[in-house]
Amino acid sequence: MPSVIPPNPTLDDRFFWDAVAEGRLVFQRCASCGVVRHPPAPLCGECHSTEWDTQESSGHGHVYTWIVSHHPTKPDAEPRVVVLVEIDEGIRFVSNLLGVEEADVQNGMEVALSIEDVDGVTLPQFRPAGATGAGGS
Amino acid sequence: MALSRDTAIVGIGQTEFSKHSGRSELQLAGEAVAAAITDAGLTPADIDGAVTFAMDVNDELAVMRCAGIPSLRFTARTRGGGGGACATVQLASAAVASGAADAVVVYRAFNERSGRRFGQPISDNNKSRVVPPGWNWYLPFGLDTPAKVYSLWYQRYMHRYGVTNMDFALYPVVARKHAATNPNAFYYQQPLTLEQHQESRWIVEPILRKLDCCQESDGGVALVVTSMDRARDLPHDPVRVAAASQGHLRDGDEMFGYYRGDLSGYEEGAFLGEQLYEATGLAPDDIDVAMIYENFTPIVFIQLEAFGFCGPGEATDFIAGGNIEVGGKIPVNPNGGLLGEAYIHGMNNILEGVRQVRGTAVNQVDGAEHVLVSAGRSGLVLSP
Repeated sequence: MPSVIPPNPTLDDRFFWDAVAEGRLVFQRCASCGVVRHPPAPLCGECHSTEWDTQESSGHGHVYTWIVSHHPTKPDAEPRVVVLVEIDEGIRFVSNLLGVEEADVQNGMEVALSIEDVDGVTLPQFRPAGATGAGGS
Repeated sequence: MALSRDTAIVGIGQTEFSKHSGRSELQLAGEAVAAAITDAGLTPADIDGAVTFAMDVNDELAVMRCAGIPSLRFTARTRGGGGGACATVQLASAAVASGAADAVVVYRAFNERSGRRFGQPISDNNKSRVVPPGWNWYLPFGLDTPAKVYSLWYQRYMHRYGVTNMDFALYPVVARKHAATNPNAFYYQQPLTLEQHQESRWIVEPILRKLDCCQESDGGVALVVTSMDRARDLPHDPVRVAAASQGHLRDGDEMFGYYRGDLSGYEEGAFLGEQLYEATGLAPDDIDVAMIYENFTPIVFIQLEAFGFCGPGEATDFIAGGNIEVGGKIPVNPNGGLLGEAYIHGMNNILEGVRQVRGTAVNQVDGAEHVLVSAGRSGLVLSP
């Protein structure tokens, strides 16, 4: 199991982590002009509105770029594949890719959301699209 | 338009660069500032401004006291980490050009190896394990060191142009070749081979090996900026700040710039280069030396392309062709840079730029006139 540091929600992103705890991935959407933004921000950069709601993510996208992350000071901790996922609705999101060998990770591979408990922390993770259910690593 | 009034760097000073200075960061700052004032041919009473990084722990008034500066009319700090290195000179030049100060000392000093190490995981540097603002999107997912944070960007460059870590090895070999003849460099007399680079351990597979990472160093550097008019009466030939600019674009976080555009290039670097070339009327071919901030090897490749020294995707062949060595078309980091000389948050590369224009560098580039100094998100052109 990798060693995970939990997020520390702030006034600007608590909604995101509350949704993750409910098993959902949501992004912030301007209530005035409808632009979806990530990371969240208290004002819309397009129209300056402070009003916003959320949009449920499709949870489907592809790997834009990736690395293998080894814990620098805990050599026994399981390495993690860190991915920048380009989600279909046009949002890029940093996450992890599970259930795949490092040698098989490629830019462009299709992935799907999987909310997972990792080291006691609930996180939005991704698995190769079409993979059945949780399992593997 | 990048700032281009008539200001000059007239003094430089530094401590030795080491892995264990054995003294306080304030002492390093004080020693560097005192040396820079002396080198400028000024006295502490001539200094009325002080500039450093927001991250520097040495308060301006504590440094002022150590250096014996009787009064200050101006202080300012630049945002960011190493990306702000050249912004310090922009702030100092703006203060002088506006009349807010007559002579500004710029300093950066730290024990970045024997004290707080930037390269260590942020959780280990932060004993309370409280995630800093903005890191919620990264730390829980395992992006816990600068090497990993930046590698997620570099991988896209490698992917697009078919570049491998063996290609990246070309730069550290040049940096260490330059450092090997620089007595001031930590790696003095220690050149590197491609094979040795490939034997160093992976830091972020398949992108960075240990020898692709800048050093962690202890040390202090300082410089003095004043007007060209004043500079003409001082001992050294003035090194004119021909241009100074920062380069930031919306949604382009300095570390986590993942959210906009094509990550195989460096839009902020290209923007910065445009500012510097427009302000000076110079083109890439007019630049004689490039001082390029390199926290990690790939950023040299990406900046060579962003500043137009070679075309997109051409950096590997450009470096392999000897173009960035002293004697080549555009020598890069003749001091050995942050990999070979030391990592004083990029400011030691500004000092080397000054020495190249003065003609006093140990690895002097013949006829060097125009030096481009880049910290990625801030940059300078230094000229006679």
